[in-house]
Amino acid sequence: MDNVINTVGIIIYATLLYTPPLLFAAMGSCFSEVSGVVNIGIEGMMTIGAFTGATVAHFTGNPWLGFICGGLAGMAFGLLHGVATVQFGADQTISGTAINFLAPGVAIVTAKAIFNSSDTIPLEPTSKIPTLFSDVFTSGTAWSNFMKNIFSTYASTYLVFVVLILVWFVFYKTRFGLRMRACGEHPLACQSLGIDVQRTRMICVCISGFMAGLGGACMTMATTNQFRPTSIVGQGFIAIAAVIFGKFRPQGAMLGCLLFGMCSGLRVVIGTSSLNISAQLISMIPYVVTVIVLILFVGKSHVPAANGKPFVKAK
Amino acid sequence: MSKLEKILQSAFFRTLLSILIGFAVGAIFLLAVNISPVEAYEKLFTSIFSSPKSLSYCVVYATPLIILGLSVAFSFRTGVFNIGAEGQFVVGSMAACVVGILVPAPPVILPILCIAAAAIAGALWGVIVGFLKVKWGINEVLSMIMFNWIAFYLSNYIADIPLIKSDGNAEATKNVQEAAMILLPKSWIEGLGLCNSASWGIFIAAALAVMVYIIIEKTSLGYRLKAVGFNRDAAEYGGINANRSIMTALAISGAMSGIAGATNLLGIGQRIAIFSAQESYGFQGIIAALIGANNPLGVFVGGLFYGAIKYGGSRLNLIGAPSEVVNVIMGTVIFFIAVSHVFKFRLKKEKGGKK
Repeated sequence: MDNVINTVGIIIYATLLYTPPLLFAAMGSCFSEVSGVVNIGIEGMMTIGAFTGATVAHFTGNPWLGFICGGLAGMAFGLLHGVATVQFGADQTISGTAINFLAPGVAIVTAKAIFNSSDTIPLEPTSKIPTLFSDVFTSGTAWSNFMKNIFSTYASTYLVFVVLILVWFVFYKTRFGLRMRACGEHPLACQSLGIDVQRTRMICVCISGFMAGLGGACMTMATTNQFRPTSIVGQGFIAIAAVIFGKFRPQGAMLGCLLFGMCSGLRVVIGTSSLNISAQLISMIPYVVTVIVLILFVGKSHVPAANGKPFVKAK
Repeated sequence: MSKLEKILQSAFFRTLLSILIGFAVGAIFLLAVNISPVEAYEKLFTSIFSSPKSLSYCVVYATPLIILGLSVAFSFRTGVFNIGAEGQFVVGSMAACVVGILVPAPPVILPILCIAAAAIAGALWGVIVGFLKVKWGINEVLSMIMFNWIAFYLSNYIADIPLIKSDGNAEATKNVQEAAMILLPKSWIEGLGLCNSASWGIFIAAALAVMVYIIIEKTSLGYRLKAVGFNRDAAEYGGINANRSIMTALAISGAMSGIAGATNLLGIGQRIAIFSAQESYGFQGIIAALIGANNPLGVFVGGLFYGAIKYGGSRLNLIGAPSEVVNVIMGTVIFFIAVSHVFKFRLKKEKGGKK
């Protein structure tokens, strides 16, 4: 029994470790997609955020400064995506693809210039995002270990769920949220009501970059302790998948992120255990399950009607 | 419209302009990290053009990019965005690898079997996604991302099966039989001074480019596929079965990505390593497709260009310059290709003003 409690605790711990990067990025993706801009550049924005966060934290020793700078770096590329797609009406997929090449390229070239290696120097524990409640829960019995595993985790994990509630509020309880969603459904109608579609979309794409950057920074400042070229590979796309899975709603995306976060967690747990199951097959399960869940329960996902279509102001 | 203006507005000119801007931005970036761009670009280009050997390396690098580019371009033309090329490439290589290790067959026959297996595996990976889309309305971008990961772990799983896994300690499969390789004859390679990995792959790529051109431009199948991509409702009204078209398009595109995997394996790799992270082949294919403006000839040339830059970039490390600057250059190129229609727009506007 103790063994089971312990294993479950570790799996939850690992899930909570791998979910925040995805969830930050997924919330970012929600902002952009819902306002009508496809953003597959999330991957690149996460990568630049991951690098910037780890680098700034390494040199300043201040994790929160690093975290914010990671977000700002992501936002810079979000701005780039916004200028191309919203201002100039460029193809959103192509611009996103460009950012997925550009941002990791910039990150690695800069890493090589600063650190003489494509990896950053591992962060000191004091420069990482702090762990909360490490004194409150002590190890000892199986249950206290369980509680420690779950609650004594990085501040970023708590933060991401607080931000999720804020994002939900912005989406569904504020004027901006309503306008933003309307811009993704019927921009022309918005314009006729006097909403500046271009400006709204621009703000959303920038928020999207900022949050993707925060997600990347979580990855290198809490989940792991350094940036490597492989830190992010594929995570951005998983975040986008979680958003489509969650039908473009932040709360739905959360479920997707927890599922995929658990998959990364399971892989690590099984990889370090003596279980004689192929870690490869186990890792595959969440993706197969996602497809099955989609077939059985979710089905057609409502894509914002004007998603992917550049909006040219009517004269 | 004057002749000059025609040239200025052509896709070719805009791509060329984007490439120049790409190199300019790359140079600024190199300056920022304290590396002489002149030196770096000199190294880049001299390593590409220094010998028949280096040129043949560029072609070897370019081959999978061209075929993936054709696959993606085909999907773009038919209205589906094949972001799943990555997974199709991976299952294609693995299918070719399994056949190449296990099936006893003579030379010439064996590579054909391998490539056929790769095409079938890739097509299957594409068709499944198409089926999920038409049957249950599941977003193809989502299922493609899922199937990229399923392919990734499936490949790692198969590479770990004792029958397939390398006998040594290597985290990779066994080598495929020599008979499966599609290398050019030894005498040609030595006679022309080519690199050891020079293979028939580039001819396969050329044949596929011709095939894509014929399917898209000259057949009624291509017409149907394009019609569905252009306006699904109108196509259905015209009596075209849109669901079947989507699945056909994904099957053809997937088969090509699979073949790209096979040529890569049978030309250079000879075995598949256990991956630690996705290798982003699919995105490199997207880049090749975009540089080539989704036109088969354009993709062929674009893929060669990308392959050459990729090879030249890999030599940059020799002078202490980071090879990833190539990604900065290519990213910028694609970015400006994306916004380049703005240049065109401006020109038109000026003309309108004169009237």
